[in-house]
Amino acid sequence: MNAKLKQYGKIAYDGLITNNATFKLVLGTCATLGMSTSAVNSFGMGLSVTVVLLLSNVIISLLRNVIPNTVRIPAFVVIIATMVTLLRMVLEKYIPDLYDSMGVFLPLIVVNCVILGRAEAFASKRPVIESAVDGIFTGLGLTCALTLIGIIREFLGSGSFFGIQVMDFKIGFFTNAAGAFFVYGICIALFMLITDQADKARRVKKAQLLRVPAEPLPPVDNTAVQATEET
Amino acid sequence: MAATIFLIVISAVFSQNFILVKFLGICPFLGVSKKTNSALSMGIAVTLVMILATLVTWPLYMYIMVTLGIEYLEIIFFIFVIAALVQMLEKIIEKLSPALYRSMGIYLPLITTNCAILGVAELLLVNDLADVVSGAAAGISMNLGFALLYALFAGVGFTVAMVLMGGVREKLEKLPVAKCMKGFPITMVAASFMAMAFYVFALL
Repeated sequence: MNAKLKQYGKIAYDGLITNNATFKLVLGTCATLGMSTSAVNSFGMGLSVTVVLLLSNVIISLLRNVIPNTVRIPAFVVIIATMVTLLRMVLEKYIPDLYDSMGVFLPLIVVNCVILGRAEAFASKRPVIESAVDGIFTGLGLTCALTLIGIIREFLGSGSFFGIQVMDFKIGFFTNAAGAFFVYGICIALFMLITDQADKARRVKKAQLLRVPAEPLPPVDNTAVQATEET
Repeated sequence: MAATIFLIVISAVFSQNFILVKFLGICPFLGVSKKTNSALSMGIAVTLVMILATLVTWPLYMYIMVTLGIEYLEIIFFIFVIAALVQMLEKIIEKLSPALYRSMGIYLPLITTNCAILGVAELLLVNDLADVVSGAAAGISMNLGFALLYALFAGVGFTVAMVLMGGVREKLEKLPVAKCMKGFPITMVAASFMAMAFYVFALL
């Protein structure tokens, strides 16, 4: 049981940090750039992708032994398209504001590379619960990243935070296309920098643990090596 | 009439550029724009599929799906049509011209999951031209001719952005860049400056 939990933890950590879809793999960029004009929009987009990702991962994982290998990509695409159609109906009925602001990016969730990527790389090979965990945490990683970009752009572009006016300034650059590319690029760079530093720190710590403290190393016995060299 | 066509062309290529203004088709824009040649091949392939996809999906939606009352199935239908078209095009090009297939063939399978194709098919599902083309006089109804023209020049705009980016990236390769900015981040920043240039057209 403990080993299983540990495995789920690893899948979750991979989805959130190591293989973060937005910052590390740079997939699903269209939605990230197009929907990050405000924090609320990008949060909504992130959650929508998470829902589709979870459902498609579960269904594909359930059907992984039924779908023939040769037609798996069309089959995955149809499953994902069905999920997006359902999501679209639900959003249109219950959250019309979000539905309106998503516009063309809602149907485009179908061609979001993250979803097809997880289906192909993970859900088509693994059992259902693992796939569900992977779907949720990959989605949450993407949602966090998107929301972060949304918050930065909204704050710099109109001085507000989740729609609440905080400061009275406007930098038009950040609300239009150019600002989206710029903020996204800088965010990826910072993410790389931080994960690199964390990796380095972890390696240093490990090296320190491995080092033998006070006692000097015992003299190496060279006779065995010499014997093999001579023969 | 001539003014409308001119507006569609300018709008599709510059002021509503698919990549740099609308953010559609960013994946190939970042993935296949390392060299000008491959960027051009990808652009042409995308343009071709865009026109074909519009030619099929627009009448399919307007004349068949609306009449039958099954508009809600559009996403599933469209993605299927696009996947089938891409597969068909791949086979045709392979038979007709092996040389062209070698230079363009590897990009074709990637096009199925290209946001720009599904994007153009979805965007064109309006009754009024002014909903797609900013600045067009209201009241001009959409028809297949306008839709195809828009798809063609949206593809041209896509190709222009791809080739420009290819040129920029060829130069970027030779520059000393900080380690964390290498690859995607510096490309994004370069794209940001290009987007600024294209934003000027939207202000006109």
